[in-house]
Amino acid sequence: MTDVNYTIKDFKSENEVRWCAGCGDFAIINAVQRTMAGMGIPKEKFAVISGIGCSSRFPYYMSTFGFHTIHGRATAVASGVKAANPELSVWVMTGDGDSMAIGGNHFIHLIRRNIDLNVVLFNNRIYGLTKGQYSPTSDRGFVSKTSPFGTVEDPFVPGQLVIGARGSFYARSIDGNLKLSQSVLEKAAEHKGTSVVEVLQNCVIFNNGIHNAITDPNHRADRQLVLEHGQPMLFGAENEKGLVFENGKLKVVKIGENGVTEDDILVHDAMEVDPTLHLALINMALPDFPVAFGVIRAVPAPVYDVEMEAQIKEVQQTRKVTCVDELLNSGNTWEVTGNPNGSSKKCI
Amino acid sequence: MKETKVIELEEVAIRFSGDSGDGMQLTGTLFSDTTALLGNDISTFPDYPSEIRAPQGTVGGVSGFQVQFGKKQVNTPGDNANVLVAMNPAAIKANARFLEPGGTIIYDSDSFTEKNLKKANFETDDPFTECNLQDFFKIPVPISSLTQEGLKDFGLDNKSVLRSKNMFALGLVCWMFNRPLDYVEEFVKNKFRKKPVVVDSNIKVLHDGYNYGLTMQHMTPSYLVHPAEIENGTYRNINGNHATAWGLLAAAEKSGLELFLGSYPITPATDILTALSERKDLGVKTFQAEDEIAGICSAIGASFAGDLAVTTTSGPGLALKGEAIGLAVMAELPLVIVNVQRGGPSTGLPTKTEQSDLMQALYGRNGESPVVVLAASTPSDCFHYAYMSAKIALERMVPVILLTDGFLGNGSEPWKIPAMADLPSITPRVANDSEEFLAYKRDAATLAREWAFPGMAGFEHRIGGLEKNITGTVSHDPENHQVNSEIREEKVQRVVDMIPDLEICGDEDGGDVLVVSWGGTFGHTASTVRELRRAGKSVSLAHFNYIKPLPKNTKEVFSKFKKIIVCELNLGQFAAYLRNELPEFSYYQANKLKGLPFTVSELKESITKLLED
Repeated sequence: MTDVNYTIKDFKSENEVRWCAGCGDFAIINAVQRTMAGMGIPKEKFAVISGIGCSSRFPYYMSTFGFHTIHGRATAVASGVKAANPELSVWVMTGDGDSMAIGGNHFIHLIRRNIDLNVVLFNNRIYGLTKGQYSPTSDRGFVSKTSPFGTVEDPFVPGQLVIGARGSFYARSIDGNLKLSQSVLEKAAEHKGTSVVEVLQNCVIFNNGIHNAITDPNHRADRQLVLEHGQPMLFGAENEKGLVFENGKLKVVKIGENGVTEDDILVHDAMEVDPTLHLALINMALPDFPVAFGVIRAVPAPVYDVEMEAQIKEVQQTRKVTCVDELLNSGNTWEVTGNPNGSSKKCI
Repeated sequence: MKETKVIELEEVAIRFSGDSGDGMQLTGTLFSDTTALLGNDISTFPDYPSEIRAPQGTVGGVSGFQVQFGKKQVNTPGDNANVLVAMNPAAIKANARFLEPGGTIIYDSDSFTEKNLKKANFETDDPFTECNLQDFFKIPVPISSLTQEGLKDFGLDNKSVLRSKNMFALGLVCWMFNRPLDYVEEFVKNKFRKKPVVVDSNIKVLHDGYNYGLTMQHMTPSYLVHPAEIENGTYRNINGNHATAWGLLAAAEKSGLELFLGSYPITPATDILTALSERKDLGVKTFQAEDEIAGICSAIGASFAGDLAVTTTSGPGLALKGEAIGLAVMAELPLVIVNVQRGGPSTGLPTKTEQSDLMQALYGRNGESPVVVLAASTPSDCFHYAYMSAKIALERMVPVILLTDGFLGNGSEPWKIPAMADLPSITPRVANDSEEFLAYKRDAATLAREWAFPGMAGFEHRIGGLEKNITGTVSHDPENHQVNSEIREEKVQRVVDMIPDLEICGDEDGGDVLVVSWGGTFGHTASTVRELRRAGKSVSLAHFNYIKPLPKNTKEVFSKFKKIIVCELNLGQFAAYLRNELPEFSYYQANKLKGLPFTVSELKESITKLLED
């Protein structure tokens, strides 16, 4: 790469950051800026695109090129940015309302096309900017301003949509774990194709503590499974628990019990094309399972913007028409001569 | 054998009509192209149902294609057809009222069975009398059986055989109008080059049709239409959607930018997406989006990243794009939005033409959201107005809506091919001084901001849909919003210095009646005014291609006439706009909402009445 040598400060803008004190977004922007600073890409090549919502104010706090667009459409706008200039590192900042509700269609089609964008999905399971309505990721029965008696609908699990849309990269992190966030963001940035990084994020005002069951320091080791490609799926304070695959399902086992040894534990293969196990990992939920974190899926797949460029180059190699003049004169044309006083069409 | 009756005509309109599966659109197109190649001026009008294959033999399933060609300039496809080619009884019923008195009807007599007459809801076995067509010259031709006879040695199944019967009709009409068959033959050879038997069978039937005319001269008249006296130059036949696509390509080449089209298929605009998808050779990036919103949003992203960005749609799609157009207005990005208008509201009449999206184009967004609005007036000048839309967008950093319509988009005419060197220059406002750059710093004269896109070192900045200050930073300052709102409007108004004055066709110093029209009605209003002037009436035409802003001499033009009549295919949207912009004048209206173009005769009637009142 070029000899760029950035620190996190190089990616901060002069704008005052206006998230609420204690908002999980601060940690996420920190992780994103650290990641970008370490990528070795000139700053002007970054474009940060967002939709609407608290998280979507993100571009204003960056010193890169940024575009704060309209609700749900950041993925569509970013698709155009990347198609126009595949050399850019394009990032989409979106929330659970922005990408799972109003922008759901663009979200799945972006993933299906596998355009080389990095999508950071801030999931706080609430509408924050409109002050506290349930979101498409809120659990059934969730009580909010617009569901005073509890919701009667089931939530989306973002990872399921990624798999359902034939996603090539999905990772999960949590706002408080800066190191993990940075690590998965780096891998997302390296991945060729659409990378979706879901960050469980705390809304300190309208949904404070929604992820506490997962982050509780007393139980964290038992409730989080941080996946590493090529490593066994172990968790617990002493790494004494693990996952096995039995009768088509995941199962939590304890090493040493019932003759289980570490060799019996599943080894994470993020690069397995078959999504069966990845989906099972995404689906894991408390209390029966730990919640999976880290890069769950990262498989190679054809990349839209690369294919688009390649197709144009291929067609151009054998082209007969090389400029608009040639195009206009191609096919059936005829000469009109001998009408020196012939009229143009415009006159009466 | 009697001598053929040769009829010499200034102009003639032919309508090909049959089931939507009969290949009438192709037949009409091939005949039109053949005719244009011979040097006639032409104007075409495809008229088809929105179902791909409506129930066979019914009036609802009739698909028609009308072409008028002539020795003089031809601005319309003709109010009525002089010759109707009818493949079944339903085509008679559907077209009876579009026939010129004394015209000729050629029909496939094999298809006039009891069953088919019933399908077309005829009550007797004489459809012609039922439709009051007794006085027409009728030529029954057993097209189906002659096609079957001609192909009996080809080993084709009956369905495939009957699929060729349109070629018989085409061959016959080519004989009647002295058109050579070589263009059609080349087309067939090219289109079916992988299926030699289809090539051979179609060409055989085509010649059978031609020879039938030749041998049955006693009953088929032959027509002579001399080539048109049009400007010298190289010509091609082009429809409006192709011309639009090519105008955008020309603008991309001229401006040195790559062309990006984000679009979602919608009738009757899809052909622009198709035409640009074919042009990978010229580096076009076409993005068939998941919906209309993603179509425009991807284009806005491409514009942010430095491409000439375009989205194409029709009325319902424009409605869906409204919020995103507002984003382009607020962010002040160059963007071309093409709306090929169709009958509305809602799904309306997808395959029919209308001009009822004018208000939507002007005002159909939240907030004060001004955009430049242009309208093309003929199939071929879609090229020029698409080009100008891009030029204005790129030089003024503003979204531009180009209005065409189904009639222009699908209709075709000969076009004198321009040379790229003769087209006006396009200078995108790309920033070049990073020290001085501010996202919303404006040119003093045009109020346009500068364009800096990702990849340009030192120009990093943030923009968005929120109100902002000069740097692009969010601003909720009340004074700032007032000033910015006025600037965005003023910026659009100042485009007036890029556009030509409004022309008066007719009495340049004024007269009794000024016919005002805009967009795709030009052919019909121009023909109407021409005919009325030949009859000695003081009638002139002012046709608008620039809607917002209006040409700067509009008021001066209007003030020269005693009466102004605004003719449009809606309930009076342009008239309402003019009343708002220029309230000092009275405006009469001629409006039509049938999903069809005006006819010259109905316009003449409205205007004559106004002259007499």
